[in-house]
Amino acid sequence: MQNKKKFKDIILSGNEALARGAYEAGVNVAAGYPGTPSSEILEYIKRFDEVDAQWSVNEKVAFEVAYGASIGGARSLYVSKHVGINVAMDPLMVSAYTGISAGFVIVTCDDPGVHSSQNEQDNRRIASFAKMPLIEPSSPFEAKELIKKAFDISEKYQTPVLFRMTTRICHSKENIILSKRIEKQKPPFDIPMKQYVMVPANSYPRHLYLEKRILRIKTFSEKTKLNFIENGKGITGFITSGVSYLYIKENYPDAPILKLGMSYPFPEKLALKFAKQVKNIIVVEELEPFIEEQMKMLAIKHKAKDPSYRVGELKSEFIPKIIQGQKKKEKKRTGKKPLFCAGCPHRPVFYVLKQLKVTVAGDIGCYALAAMPPLSSLHTCLCMGAGISAFEGIRRGRKEQPLVGVLGDSTFVHSGITGLINAAYNKQTGVIIILDNSTTAMTGCQPNPSTGITLKGEKTKKLSLEKIAEVSGADEVIVVDPFKIKELKKHITESLSNKKLTVIITRSPCKFIDKTTKGHVDYNIDKCKKCQVCLQIDCPAISKTAEGFIDIDSELCSGCGLCVEVCSFKALTKK
Amino acid sequence: MMKNNVTSIIFYGIGGQGVLTAAEICALAAMYDGFAVKKSEVHGMAQRGGSVESHVRFGDIVYSPITPYAQADYLICCHNAEYGRFKGYLKKTGTDLFEFLNKGLLIVPKKIFINIYLIGVLSVYTEISEQSWIRAIKQTIKSQFVEDNIKWFYEGRKGIV
Repeated sequence: MQNKKKFKDIILSGNEALARGAYEAGVNVAAGYPGTPSSEILEYIKRFDEVDAQWSVNEKVAFEVAYGASIGGARSLYVSKHVGINVAMDPLMVSAYTGISAGFVIVTCDDPGVHSSQNEQDNRRIASFAKMPLIEPSSPFEAKELIKKAFDISEKYQTPVLFRMTTRICHSKENIILSKRIEKQKPPFDIPMKQYVMVPANSYPRHLYLEKRILRIKTFSEKTKLNFIENGKGITGFITSGVSYLYIKENYPDAPILKLGMSYPFPEKLALKFAKQVKNIIVVEELEPFIEEQMKMLAIKHKAKDPSYRVGELKSEFIPKIIQGQKKKEKKRTGKKPLFCAGCPHRPVFYVLKQLKVTVAGDIGCYALAAMPPLSSLHTCLCMGAGISAFEGIRRGRKEQPLVGVLGDSTFVHSGITGLINAAYNKQTGVIIILDNSTTAMTGCQPNPSTGITLKGEKTKKLSLEKIAEVSGADEVIVVDPFKIKELKKHITESLSNKKLTVIITRSPCKFIDKTTKGHVDYNIDKCKKCQVCLQIDCPAISKTAEGFIDIDSELCSGCGLCVEVCSFKALTKK
Repeated sequence: MMKNNVTSIIFYGIGGQGVLTAAEICALAAMYDGFAVKKSEVHGMAQRGGSVESHVRFGDIVYSPITPYAQADYLICCHNAEYGRFKGYLKKTGTDLFEFLNKGLLIVPKKIFINIYLIGVLSVYTEISEQSWIRAIKQTIKSQFVEDNIKWFYEGRKGIV
């Protein structure tokens, strides 16, 4: 698999390697929405002039754009994180029926261990649900090679292909060998209506076709080199897929292994053949018992991990314990919790919201960090867009509670606009805050429609958040600098008491975009009364000393001045 | 059980300190010397000032991208508050380079150079060639900061003599 001499040229992450592989496979169109651990795929592919790549408004739109490109005859790629697939499920399920015109691969980057997500759903189940083939690489090297195979399989069987990555593969790097791009000839332009118009008269026969097609792909699954047996030594063999394969190799490099690069449709005959070769079979897979259930259906005697291992990421050192049938011992997460950066424009907003003692319906973004102490001022975080629509629901469920809905600029464009229209249409009132830091910050500062820049770095039409909020039905739209906390507080307080639907846009750029410092903060220890109010803003540049005073890290301090604003004793001044 | 010749290093600290950059330099340097390399890192929410870690493993054949428990040859701690998080990951014969963190903090003019200082320390222990380290630094660091970084890399190398 790896040859020392060949590896002098480059190391790439799984995401970069996948992007490179798609490029080499002749992909023409790529679309997605940023989300950890998937974001670097499109950020890498954007460098290639031959690829028409975009950040779409959300995953559903991205899916339809990429899939449409396939209908149009271009090899195309959809990319998102696991929960992004949920947003794209509507077109995804139907695309299995309609099939493709040119190769179409759906990349899902799952997050076992919830490193940066709201759940750890195992999207291998989407493959069996939608009845489309599933490819699972084990490493960046395989990601690059298998994505090419995925395009070929897509075209051979006229089906979308689900390509499942996991955080550990996305964000690990290894030696990669580059190849040349092979340009694919587009098929003649033809859109057969019986294939692509999913009205009942057509979708019933397409369902019949889908069932036949998945059986044909099953036959392929039995013989493809993506699924192979490593004979090895010993009487105990492993069935595995994804990164788990490497953990087995780390522990038992010589053991017999049935390695599944294409785990759905499951290669039954190959599994039965493997079962004859070894005395004991152990299934090793992360999260859901996906392979395990197939083994049960085939009534092949096997051992699998204790259900306690269905939660969280696998590790190399877990493998011997899984074999012994042990339960997983949950360990407390150690280490320092993440917090808002020094100078982050979200901090003053949540400081004010905490002071006002309002309940806050939150959303997906860096600002979910406000749920942690000492800020503790965000009360829900469900999914993209819920900062508005769950806000509306909570208002309807509990009318008397002072409540604010909060979401970011990119999140608002992703799926907040529909929620705002819904709230206005259904006569809801209240306060919605759009934290406009002019970027999609948490996932690595990608542009979005409200920034006026495309994935490729080109200038484009800039969406006005004020205008769209207004035409969606907001009674009042207020734009405010969040660092002017008195003004911000006044606007929120007033809006909470009137009977309007108010959108407050707090506008100040993310510190990753605007790195300029606005002076520094001076600390006069003689004036300090040790009240520790400045520690309540949870700034990484401020720490408490053993004597109860504070220390300001001048390398970290951005001079935002929020601590100066909150200090009642003038112990902190800006210089 | 066959054990192959893999060197495993865990870099850890707090987001924003250059932990990932240090690991990137190490991974590249190992690659320039012709090793098979694996590096794993964290992205997303964890990077916002929270604990970060990155594993670099190199040798003839490397399987797992993360260092298994009690298999690390070197631990590089970049922040005092984080010390101890990976204690159990160190091999019995491994080396914890923690003592050099405070040594380095006394002499670097800015804390952002601590990562490169520690890389300098590490460079004395590993079999990666000096020229590959320098090449990796030049490849990773923005050109205007390369000179300073190379200076503090050599200070780290000197630091352990």
